[in-house]
This record gives sequence, structure tokens and C-alpha cells, in this order.
Amino acid sequence: MKMPGAQIIVETLISQGVTTVFGYPGGQVLNIYDELYKASDRIRHVITAHEQGAAHAADGYARSTGKVGVVIATSGPGASNLVTGIATAYLDSTPMVAITGNVPLPLIGRDSFQEVDIAGITMPITKHNYIVKDVNVLEDTIREAFQIAKSGRPGPVLIDVPKDVQIARCDYVQGGEVPADPFQSPADEELMQAAKMIASSKRPFIYSGGGIVSADASKELLSFADRIDAPIGTSMMGLSAVAHDYPGFLGMTGMHGRYAASKAMAGADLIIAVGTRFSDRATGNKDEFAKKAQVLHIDIDPAEIGKNIPAQKSLIGNIKDILARLCALLSPQTHEAWKAQVETMRAYEKENQEVFLGLSPQYVIQAANRILGDDILVATDVGQHQMWTAQYYPFSKPRSFITSGGLGTMGFGMGAAVGSCMANGAKRTVLFTGDGSFHMNLNEMSTAVANRLPLVIVVMNNGVLGMVRQWQTLFYGQRYSNTTLDRQTDFVKLAEAFGAKGIRVTNQTEVDAAYREAMETPGPVLIDCVIHPDEKVLPMIPPGGTIDDIMLK
Amino acid sequence: MEQEQFVLSVIVQNRAGVLTRVSGLFSRRGFNIDSLTVGETENPEFSRMTIMATGDDYIKDQIVKQLGKLHEVRKIQLMEPENTVTRELMLIKVDAMNGHRAEIMEAVHVFRAKAVDFTPKSIGIEITGEASKLNAFIEYVRPFGIIEMCRTGVTAIGRGGSCLATGE
Repeated sequence: MKMPGAQIIVETLISQGVTTVFGYPGGQVLNIYDELYKASDRIRHVITAHEQGAAHAADGYARSTGKVGVVIATSGPGASNLVTGIATAYLDSTPMVAITGNVPLPLIGRDSFQEVDIAGITMPITKHNYIVKDVNVLEDTIREAFQIAKSGRPGPVLIDVPKDVQIARCDYVQGGEVPADPFQSPADEELMQAAKMIASSKRPFIYSGGGIVSADASKELLSFADRIDAPIGTSMMGLSAVAHDYPGFLGMTGMHGRYAASKAMAGADLIIAVGTRFSDRATGNKDEFAKKAQVLHIDIDPAEIGKNIPAQKSLIGNIKDILARLCALLSPQTHEAWKAQVETMRAYEKENQEVFLGLSPQYVIQAANRILGDDILVATDVGQHQMWTAQYYPFSKPRSFITSGGLGTMGFGMGAAVGSCMANGAKRTVLFTGDGSFHMNLNEMSTAVANRLPLVIVVMNNGVLGMVRQWQTLFYGQRYSNTTLDRQTDFVKLAEAFGAKGIRVTNQTEVDAAYREAMETPGPVLIDCVIHPDEKVLPMIPPGGTIDDIMLK
Repeated sequence: MEQEQFVLSVIVQNRAGVLTRVSGLFSRRGFNIDSLTVGETENPEFSRMTIMATGDDYIKDQIVKQLGKLHEVRKIQLMEPENTVTRELMLIKVDAMNGHRAEIMEAVHVFRAKAVDFTPKSIGIEITGEASKLNAFIEYVRPFGIIEMCRTGVTAIGRGGSCLATGE
């Protein structure tokens, strides 16, 4: 059957199992939107307030489900507004397909109205991208884009479609959903060597990352940890993969990681790094990082081996498969002395917990779980509130923590919360944000209201850019350059102006009451939480430092 | 770590933008390219790039692995110097007004170069060979006055009957 390109786009999206797309219409995607209108009983389109919000929403959709997130934007500013969202997805390896319209082929390269070279712009922040110049290859291109986005280490792919290609017609035969590429598998001999390394270790430490979440390998990770009797520390991206109450779970490692996690990693004789890339935020000073340890690095991306931290042994492939195979090769290990050492670290951590000055962020974060329950999604923006959430929220389910790790995108939270909430059948979603981050993309409140989403937006309001201020306090002689915000935003009135409920809280009783009220309220609720401007995120290992430089209180 | 110069042969899909992707990867990751040449192969679907770069073992390893992640890159080979023929072509215009015309022409013969342009003012020379031969030629004629020159960059092919694209 002959069909115009725009219809081929929509039909191919549907054939890939896409039920919700996020985006914003405009001149060069009018034809795609016309087809979305006609297919609205089979595919839902969510319009955001801004294309950036749509990109973060598609990202949140993907992170919370593992499915490929889809975002659509028009040419020029529509496309360039996606850039931060695509880069965020790229740095955190989120599967995403971005479709942009462009000016018709004869107008390309003439600085036409709303023309931008989005393929050129996004080349370094996508796994791959395309400009489709012939309608006959459009379907295959979209299918290939999905395949690339979800194969191996996932990531974003962009497809730029000039308007005349959307109008041109060609034959279309609907194909099925494209599978991810088969993964490579290490040879038995490789696994034997790794198993030997593990069996001879006295102080093993598992350092797991976002790869565990994206490979759905939580179960395998825990069986493996039990088998070799090793504690687990995670990168921030790996947090939700290990339940907070798992006995060997030490929490997040790194710059703002927990003391015991970083200390145990530094004291280990073998670090088994699984699905992680040793970001500088996790390692601190690379030359001093875990000097006593050998490194066994397991990842799907061969380029990560030795990129940041040298590995004595590496296994490349799907980590779910590798962990299961390793487990089968190993007899149960015990490390009583090492476990006792780790317990001492934990005890020390407990005695040296951070003391807060005012309404405690820890209380605010944990109360959300206590009152709203375990079956919620947690999204964050970027800054102090994000680190507090990573440190204190008791995660229990993989894919329940939606946060921008690699790029550290302030303004990520609102869009991401909208996307993940909608991807999970309007599941209650808490967004922890700061007044700095929230100001960046609070426009997406309108999207949350329009879709009556059960979002609980907790603004940790300290009137300052807290994380930057913390650095200014510690490393810049308390010169608070441009971090004290003399803004007069009334968040309660703001929420009301958007058509949502706003509640201001200043103490623990009010926090509890606000969460209870949020549970009773249909649609989004904003809780304006007044926090002391001098609260710090601790522990902190200063940039370029080691565990010996850790600041605890 | 020790820096050394190395040559990579890369088979890529013959599509628009692939050169930008490869060169963009080098600049983004902070790898230096000494020279890059690209041209068609025995199969019109593929192009072959020859990249000469300098770096230590870490850089070499990362270049190969990061290139391997590009969708349009089909094959990468780090060329072993002893099993590789490398060639480069240079066009160089030497000043012939200073009374050294005969010496320049002698150099052309000794280096097995070719005069391709001969005017009262200058001699245009074409020379092919390994980069070191071209460098030696440049040094020899430099005192006579080099008006302008251009080099194609290195291209390389493995010795023996093997084929990089098919692996046979």
C-alpha cells in the first residue's frame, strides 16, 4: 500500500511497540502531527511546554520501563531545544529515538526559515543519526534506529526528516518489532580466569552501575554477591538495582557516597566492576584510586575497559548472562574477616552521620517513602537534593530512580517525572528538586496538570544554588558569587496558577501532613519545603581527593 | 607512556557524513590526527580511510575501540609497520630563480621524483614514497626556496594476499 512518509513514520513507530510519544508540533512536522491525529486511537502523543521537557519525558519513559523513548520536534529551534535532552540520554545510556522535521530538501543548506543542521549538532551526542533524503528508505531507517538505540549499550538516535520526504509516497509493508542485536559472549576460558581471580580474593568488593539496571540483572547480581560473599557499593546510576535492605548493600560510592561504601572499595583487594564506567565523580583521584585492588571489569561496551581505570581482567558482553555464568562456576565463598572489617566501617559511618541545621532533607526524603509507600517512582533534578535522595531514599525496585547522572542536567526532573509517570500507567511519582533546578523547567507543571498526573513535587527550597554554594563555602573562601537567589517566587501560588495544589512546609509534622494530602489529591501537588541555605551534602570527598580526604560532618 | 606514530586502516560505509563522524570523534576525544586519507575501494559500498596518528598505548587502544562503536565503521586494523606498504604523494613548487635549477633537477632524479611543471621562475615536482622520503626531499630543497607544497597524507595497504574488507 502506498503511503506518505509522515504516515510511514507513525505506522513504523506503532509497529515498534510505541504507545506514547512526547513532542511539540511545528511547521516542518505538520504532516507527522496530522498522521498522529488520525492514529490517535493507537498511539498517544503528549505535548509538553517545551521541546526540552519532551526530550526529558521520553528519557524518563525509557529509564523507567527499558523501552525506547520517542520524542518528536519540528526543525530549527524545535530540534535544537532537544539537544540537552539527547545529551542527557547519551551520557546515561538511555534508549531513545528523536524524530525531527526539517525544511524540504531543495531548501536545505540555504539558511531557510527554521533550518538548523541538527544531524551535525547531535553527531557527538547520539549513537548514530540520519538525514533521510528518500522516502523509500524511511521505514528501514526508523527500524534501524530502534535497533541501534536498544542494542548493546543503549543510547539515543536521531532521525531528521525533511518535509518533502514526509509528503512523498511509497509502498509500505508493516514489519514486526526489531530485536536488539545479539550480544557477544565471553569464552568459557575467560570466565574461568575471572572465577579464579574471584576465588583467590580475600577482600572482594562489587561495584555495580547503571548497566545492572539496563540489563535487568538485579537478581543475577544479588545471587552473585551471595555466592562470593562480597559487599556491594553502587554508582549513582546503579542505585535502584540493589534493594536498600540487602544485607551486603553499602550504598553509593564516590564523591558524595556513603563512608562505608567508599572505604570498603578503597580497602578491597579485588574490585568487581559491573556495568559501570568509573566516572570521575565515582573514583576521585584516579592515580590513588583503590591502589591495593585488582580490577575485574564486566561491561557490554569494550571501549569502557581501561578508559578511566585500568583493569587486570575484563569480560565483555551482556552482564546478566555473564553474572549467571560466573555464579555457576564459583563455589560459595566466605570472607568473615573482611565482613567484620566492613561492619566496623558501617558502625563508624553510623556514629558520624551528618547533622542537619534545619528541617532535615533526610527526613523529607524518607517520609515520602514512609507515607507514599514503596510502589512509587522517584525522580530528581540535579544538585544537593539529588545527592540527598541518592544517599537517603530507600530504593527497593530497579528502574524506580530517574536521575541525570552523567550530564548532571538541572531542569531534567519535571520532564523526566512526567515521562516516567505516564510510562507506568500514571503511577505516583515523587520529584525531589531544588528551587534552582525547578526554576529551569517548571513550565512542565502545565503538562502534569493537563494530564492530571499524580506527581508530588518536593521543592527543597533554600533560596540558594546549594551545591555550588557548598563548593564556594569549602573551596572558594565563602565568596557566594551568583548563588544567592533573591527571587520572590511563591511556589504555592505558582502551583495554583498552573492549576495544581501547593503546600508550604517548614517542619516535620507539616511534611507528613503534606504527603498525606498529596495522596488524597488527584493531579500534581507541589510541596515547598523550606531548607536551611547552609545545609551541606556530606560525606564529601573533594574533587581529585581520596577516601583519606573524606569530610563526614 | 611512550608516544609513537601508528597507521590505522578503516573500512567505512560509503555514506555522506562518515568522514565528519570519524574526524569529529578524534577531536571530541582529544586524539590528534597526523593525516587522514579516504577513497573508494574495490567495493563501491565501502570507503577506506587511512589514519595516521600519534599517541601512547592508551590512546591507540581507545581510538580503535571508540572507532569501533561508530555505526558506519565496518572494520579497523592497526597496521603493523613491517607488514605494510605506506605511500604518500606530494606536489612541491621550488624556486628556480636563485641559480640552483640544476641541483633541483638532480634531486628530482636521485629521489625518483618527476618534474610536472617547468617555468623560468619555478619547478613543480611530483614525488611519491614513504613519508620519510618526502621529508628528506623537503629538507634537501628547502635552502633553494620552497614556494608552496601540498601532501596527500599517507595511504597504506597490507602486504601479502589478505584483504582487509573481506578478512580473506
